[in-house]
Amino acid sequence: MAQNHAAPATKGADIPPVAVRAGIELQINGENYRHTGDPQMPLLWYLRDVLRLDGTKYGGEHGEGGADLVLVDGKATSAIGVTMDKLSGKQVTTVEGLVTVKGELHPLQQAFIDEDAIGCGYCTPGWLIASMDLLNRRKDPSDSDIDTLPNLCRCGCQTRVRSAIKRAAASMKQGAKA
Amino acid sequence: MSGTVRLSRRRFLQVMAGTAGALIVGVRMARGADAPVPLDMLGDTLYGLGPYIRIDADGSVLIGARDPDTGTGVATALPRILADELDADWQHVRVVQLGLGVANGNGEPRWIYGQQAGGTGNSMSRAWRDLRAAGALARWLLVQAAAQQLGIPAERLRTEKGVVISPDGRRLRYGELASAATKITPPQNPPAVKTPDRYTLIGQPAGDVDARGIVTGQTPYSFDQHFGDAVVAVLSHCPWPDGQLAELDQSDALAIKGVLKVVELKPDPKLPPGQTVIAPAVAVIAETTWLALQGRRALKLSWKPGASNSESTAALEQQATSLLDSDSAPTTRVRDDGDTDKAAHKGARRVDATYYQPWLAHATSEPMNCLVRLDKNSATLYVPTQAPQQAWTVVQRLTGLLPDQIDIRVPRIGGGYGRRLDHDYVAEAVLLAQAIDKPLHLFWTRDEDLAHDYYRSGCVHKLNAVIDRKRQIIAWNQRLASASALTGRGVSSDRLWTSEVDVNQLPAGFVPNYRSDWFSLASSTPRGPHRGMPHITNAFAVDSFVDEIAFALKEDPLHTRLRLIGEPRLVPLQGGGAIDTARLANVLQLVADRINWKDWLHTVNGLGIACWYMDGAYVAHAVEVSMRGEQLTIQRAVCAVDVGRVINPMGLEGQVAGATLDALSNALNLAITVKDGQVQQNNWKDYPLASMAQLPNTVEVITVPGEGDPAGASFLAMPSVAPALANAVFRVSAVRVRRLPLMKELLRLL
Repeated sequence: MAQNHAAPATKGADIPPVAVRAGIELQINGENYRHTGDPQMPLLWYLRDVLRLDGTKYGGEHGEGGADLVLVDGKATSAIGVTMDKLSGKQVTTVEGLVTVKGELHPLQQAFIDEDAIGCGYCTPGWLIASMDLLNRRKDPSDSDIDTLPNLCRCGCQTRVRSAIKRAAASMKQGAKA
Repeated sequence: MSGTVRLSRRRFLQVMAGTAGALIVGVRMARGADAPVPLDMLGDTLYGLGPYIRIDADGSVLIGARDPDTGTGVATALPRILADELDADWQHVRVVQLGLGVANGNGEPRWIYGQQAGGTGNSMSRAWRDLRAAGALARWLLVQAAAQQLGIPAERLRTEKGVVISPDGRRLRYGELASAATKITPPQNPPAVKTPDRYTLIGQPAGDVDARGIVTGQTPYSFDQHFGDAVVAVLSHCPWPDGQLAELDQSDALAIKGVLKVVELKPDPKLPPGQTVIAPAVAVIAETTWLALQGRRALKLSWKPGASNSESTAALEQQATSLLDSDSAPTTRVRDDGDTDKAAHKGARRVDATYYQPWLAHATSEPMNCLVRLDKNSATLYVPTQAPQQAWTVVQRLTGLLPDQIDIRVPRIGGGYGRRLDHDYVAEAVLLAQAIDKPLHLFWTRDEDLAHDYYRSGCVHKLNAVIDRKRQIIAWNQRLASASALTGRGVSSDRLWTSEVDVNQLPAGFVPNYRSDWFSLASSTPRGPHRGMPHITNAFAVDSFVDEIAFALKEDPLHTRLRLIGEPRLVPLQGGGAIDTARLANVLQLVADRINWKDWLHTVNGLGIACWYMDGAYVAHAVEVSMRGEQLTIQRAVCAVDVGRVINPMGLEGQVAGATLDALSNALNLAITVKDGQVQQNNWKDYPLASMAQLPNTVEVITVPGEGDPAGASFLAMPSVAPALANAVFRVSAVRVRRLPLMKELLRLL
């Protein structure tokens, strides 16, 4: 039935006009984005295919190996395991977002370079994110804390990643004092 | 002005002027009597020359890296060799990865950079001479230019960190000299290279040139490359390489908006493995990755097995043991020194053991993928390949393009381990791009990557040793059964053993009567080159067996090894070269000292030791383990390597530590099994690489300073790991593990 637009709306039943913004709004590396595509799309493909933020890697369909980790509200999360509809209003940080606004490396990134904690480098972004999550929770992580990292590395960088996390923790403590 | 300097009949250095006063020097290859390409035709192109140096007027130095870097560090180490000879300031050096260097020589490819290959363990030795010569020539030209400008003889000038310095202290930067240097006539013969005492970069530690890009997520892998309008393809392969499609209903897949096409792929049976599709497959092509994955999920698909459906790894092992137990089975005699049969009668005792090792996948971190754009007269590809020339062959065959119409770009690679010496995925990408007539990115999901590989064959080693009354090993008999990685790859049947066993492997040459036999297993499961083969499997058997001999003799296993190695001398190798026993004993002694071997009998923990030789390099491992109940902890891992001259100690230490951990991961957990012709592992849970907690906290790396030409190290540190681990486990648990993966077998035996 056609509506009579000329008829005055009944008072009381008035519905205030609301700006309808379709899509899912979220922050990625400090910038605002709105996803209007399939809400069931995993974050990984949004980052890679839509935004061309390619630092976050594909490891496997179930996120095993941790190459696809990102921080969601500060917590390490598998980007292939989380769909866009779960991310409304969330803050996502990818490996590209670890540098400061001025482009300076985070102490953790510097520690990975200093300890040569890089093999082929494909899984490195995932290790950085998992280590960030750990350092957010533990200022001075023990070996058994580090043992809990879920990441896999085929090149055998685990011992050097361990040293890098400890080095980063020390330099962050120093930074906090200064 | 420009010119060439011959290095050898086929290799020469080329000098040319770039734009804006740049000096360019590169290594080039000529084929036979080919005249060099006229320089004015090359123009000022970055891709015209081999591992080149370009020195710009502003002093910046660009060095091209020729060999693909799969994480082995060659993109750092090789340019440093060149930069050292040039006396460049490393701070101002930028390294660019070169694509495939191919020119058109009457329809045939001409490889203008020589052999380009990565992860084959010999990049260093191949490049060592050429790169130094190129650096020395560029430096020579700059010094001559400075001599003219300063009016001082070149012999009195010296160079340092990108500057030519005169005796009176005047300084000319390379950038200022670059333009003038291009006008100098190059010498007849290559200028002399530096003596080692003058090295400034070689032997000094350097971080990976890509490190900053990697930790900031900015270094693109092939998987991260884009052409603006490329579509995405994912696929499902048939579980049987010789199977076929039984049923395909693509209507649900095509009903998804953005799914463009479903394409069937079949292997070309006329082509060798690695050059065609690995198994029948159905691909879904869509606008985005997510749509392609959804499309694949929506396919209704079933496969019919081929003749291989009766194959299983369990049956193959039975086949192996019956071959090894038979006196009449057909064999390839790899080596036969002295008379092992006769020696058997002279011995006081005999030790026997049989070792079983599983099939393995490559499991690269970056899955197989390829980005391809086909135009009428050109093809452009981003390929994660260890062998760009072989990738070229595959593309050329499918497209019929001229050699130089194919542009193969090789970004940094997410691990190779031999998988990327094969190019089945390149063939697939080209076929799919042709089917859809659009630029296309093919990507294998993890399940496809693990379940469709050119695997390392499982193997069984049956060893016996005869020991005389003086406790000397007088005879060693090795019988090995495996399925050759070379089957179907154009290798004659009497050479199929070469991928499975090394004719010079220890203890050949150390035991007067030594025999090595190889027995071929018949298998349809695809096989191919695998990191560290054939040393890895053989070292596990041989180095475990030496420990068993020591145990039988009630002797310290370090002592048994040192007795076997014997006096300092050169033990000649078949095919040339020799093992320097002093260097072998040295690496063994170094790890023994570091791990406090003198406590080997008394410590609560278990100590294990092993050593190996391969291709001019020496390695030893010592491992310390503890056990609490069924919980095995690797307390310490020590590795000593002697690779001759070390180019980048930081890179070498990383390679050695990495290879040690990779080999531990293999030995502890990993096995591919086949049942009813199908590979049973298709995700990381089934194929569990070692977690952080399972691995030692550090790998203590000892590098022996050397003078000889540098040997490659990308898998040197793998072979001695598993035997050192098994030997340590024996010491702590009294259980001799003769079957890998170790954890499963240990828990079964406990």
